Amino acid sequence: MPDAGYSSDEMMTIAAARMIRNGASLFVGIGLPSAAANLARLTHAPETVLIYESGTIGTKPSVLPLSIGDGELSETAESVVSVPEMFAYWLQGGRIDLGFLGAAQIDRFANINTTVIGDYRKPSTRLPGAGGAPEIAASCKEVLIALRHNKRAFVNKLDFLTSSGHMEGGDSRERMKLPGKGPTAVITDLGILTPDPVTRELTLTSLHPGVTAEKVVESTGWPLKVAPKLETTAPPSETELRVLRDLNERTKRAHAGQA
Amino acid sequence: MVRDGDTVALEGFTHLIPFAAGHEIIRQRRRNLTLIRMTPDLIYDQLIGAGCAAKLVFSWGGNPGVGSLHRLRDAVENDWPAPLALEEHAHAGMAAAYAAGASHLPFGVLRGYLGTDLPKYNPKIKFIECPFTGEKLAAVPAHRPDVTVVHAQKADRKGNVLMWGVVGVQKEAVLAAKRSIVTVEEIVDRLDAPPNAVVLPSWVVGAVCAVKGGAFPSYAQGYYPRNNAFYKQWDGIAREREGFQQWIERHVMGTKDFDGFQRSLEAAVKHA
Repeated sequence: MPDAGYSSDEMMTIAAARMIRNGASLFVGIGLPSAAANLARLTHAPETVLIYESGTIGTKPSVLPLSIGDGELSETAESVVSVPEMFAYWLQGGRIDLGFLGAAQIDRFANINTTVIGDYRKPSTRLPGAGGAPEIAASCKEVLIALRHNKRAFVNKLDFLTSSGHMEGGDSRERMKLPGKGPTAVITDLGILTPDPVTRELTLTSLHPGVTAEKVVESTGWPLKVAPKLETTAPPSETELRVLRDLNERTKRAHAGQA
Repeated sequence: MVRDGDTVALEGFTHLIPFAAGHEIIRQRRRNLTLIRMTPDLIYDQLIGAGCAAKLVFSWGGNPGVGSLHRLRDAVENDWPAPLALEEHAHAGMAAAYAAGASHLPFGVLRGYLGTDLPKYNPKIKFIECPFTGEKLAAVPAHRPDVTVVHAQKADRKGNVLMWGVVGVQKEAVLAAKRSIVTVEEIVDRLDAPPNAVVLPSWVVGAVCAVKGGAFPSYAQGYYPRNNAFYKQWDGIAREREGFQQWIERHVMGTKDFDGFQRSLEAAVKHA
């Protein structure tokens, strides 16, 4: 999309932000989830309660944090709790509406891998690991996942299952008695995938402007199901783009400077 | 207080990471340590690259917002400078293990790990049935470090320690340990701690040591911000073995203490 006036990453962040409803409590990971969550808070969802795993609840950062526990987060938080309290009372306690995760690999049932590429004991790439993700994926009422769409990420079989999505599909997640509903949407730089209501297999339901279904299918490592009635994602509005770019610019300035 | 072969926890969740103490462990050439920490961060990247560690117990091993910890990856992927055994958890499991350690309970319990591959590779993650409801829950053995080191904002002359802001698992990690060391930004006559602030009373703390700026490049709320630029720079410093070794030799091994380290870094920036 050379002449769209926005990048595919901006479209992804904005599409993800739109999924956040005003007033929801939201457990946010660093990176794209954090950008999308703050964009939502600065546009259509000002009452969103942002929670980061460092223990900061109801935080309102003016720049995006580089780490999950930047001072900016605790200084603007309504409450700061210890990490054991965060994971026990707030997350496992089932108080959080929406979890928002990234991933290195995802499969057709939206199970995700953030641990290793290759064999666990002799990995070709050692990734950071689980962090808070397994219990975010398990205990938040709903989960959103955002990542770039390509065959390395959208794989037929995960090298490691770090965080549970819809397991083997159908009612397998319910049978495992995971508390939350699991992933309800996967937002990529090409479109939006949602789980089929019965099989729970990810289905392409929306294409970002200028993207073809063939392109998405080609970028997926399993035979991707495409919804019979495909929607087109609304392009970024001027306000969305302006707020996102301002946020990124402020962040860049804040993180630069002398080491 | 840290001996070869010890199990050591240097805690601080992004905030108040005890870098000065970590450097001193490197200077003293401690070896064969089992390092426990939720987020290894640059501090364990340094200890691992410097050859201090035999085993890592952790739940998220990246450079936050930047990318990989290259020294950790090199140890796991290529056994350099030595093989590193991993005991890998999720944050919720680590938090439960520390809380159990602080309670001197044998294990922590959590609603976690369901459906994930982590229990296949970490035999310390087990599942139990709730005796009251029958719910399947995860259990992890308590963390009981030989030594825990944390950094805090201040202590008074008796050794009572005050910290605030993102307090992570520091309190649990200190109470779980057999011995503990707290480095602080300053030692004051009166703590003036507000009620409910995190105060570690002197009788649960082994030793207190004033190290101004001792959490750099992480931060101490109320004193100095996180040096995000350094976290980004670390990616280049630690990417190759040679660059890392030169940095450690020059700025850590080649200096006497954390003041010396900071002066050495400043001099390097001036000459850059």
